[in-house]
Amino acid sequence: MNERDGFERRLQEARAKRGLDKPADGQKGLPAGSWGVGFRAGIEVVSALAVGVGVGVGLDRWLGTWPWLFLLFFVVGAVAGVLNVYRMFSPPRRRP
Amino acid sequence: MAAEGKAIDALHQFQLAPVLGEFGEQYMFSQSALFMVAAVVCITALMVLGMARGAVVPGRLQSLAEASYEFVHDLVVGQVGDEGKKFFPFVFCLFMFVLFGNLLGLIPYAFTFTSHIAVTFALAALVFVLVTIVGLVIHGTHFFSYFFPEGAPKLLAPLIIPIEIISYLSRPVSLSVRLFANMVAGHVMLIVFATFVVMIGSAGVIGYFGAVLPLAINVILVGFELLVAFLQAYVFAILTSIYLHDAVHLH
Repeated sequence: MNERDGFERRLQEARAKRGLDKPADGQKGLPAGSWGVGFRAGIEVVSALAVGVGVGVGLDRWLGTWPWLFLLFFVVGAVAGVLNVYRMFSPPRRRP
Repeated sequence: MAAEGKAIDALHQFQLAPVLGEFGEQYMFSQSALFMVAAVVCITALMVLGMARGAVVPGRLQSLAEASYEFVHDLVVGQVGDEGKKFFPFVFCLFMFVLFGNLLGLIPYAFTFTSHIAVTFALAALVFVLVTIVGLVIHGTHFFSYFFPEGAPKLLAPLIIPIEIISYLSRPVSLSVRLFANMVAGHVMLIVFATFVVMIGSAGVIGYFGAVLPLAINVILVGFELLVAFLQAYVFAILTSIYLHDAVHLH
């Protein structure tokens, strides 16, 4: 029995070292080629920025406050883009 | 090279035109819609014909059907967890639809419907709406705590909430633009190098030798595009699963 436990433990360690075990969650399942990651990061930033600009311009048109909300949401969109990229690489958040 | 009044027309291949004569004119039935129908027919044929015999030792078609089923099943359960089984049909449909759209588009004279942002954004919007509804149904109003991480200082709420909301809204945009941009870029490259083959090849005997190089590049590109077609369908499916995981578990 003791022998068996030791084997399981060593197998676990070896698998972890080789990265064979599936990660529990997070974006680990995605392909990790440098081109793919770079392209994905770029799209994350650009799309968040685009959404921020879109929201800002839309609110400005509605409220007639051009260009202030556009400027505000441009910055917010940029921060959201950086946050998206940060989440791509950060370890998964803890469960509540 | 392109200065002889005939520039490389790389974007013509993405133009929509009515097909099937009278019927297409009347109902605005474009080649995009035709290939969507073709994709659905192919997927249905693969699953129905593949599993018709249900042999213990699967044949070629049955192995393909089983392999695609198991691939998506493992993907969804691996990302979302056991609750993910409920969403398997949805993710499977998305994956197969995108995969067949990408692959059918690689056949010469075929049309790639995933190269239109309207199509990919519609798919991404579907995912976005479904994920939001799932989150709301499972967690009720507690779902909105997604936009404000636990333990963050209350003072920063006016700063964090807009950022989190925009980050959340950017998901369908990045999801659709990624697929769309990959397919457009691949097909533009293919047609540019194919045009080089014709242009250089028309320069006489020396041209025949010169045209071999872009032709070789195109052969490699087709293989690369096969990889991209599969990879982008996979990325679309796995990101859908990740979003579903977020909606089911909230963080």
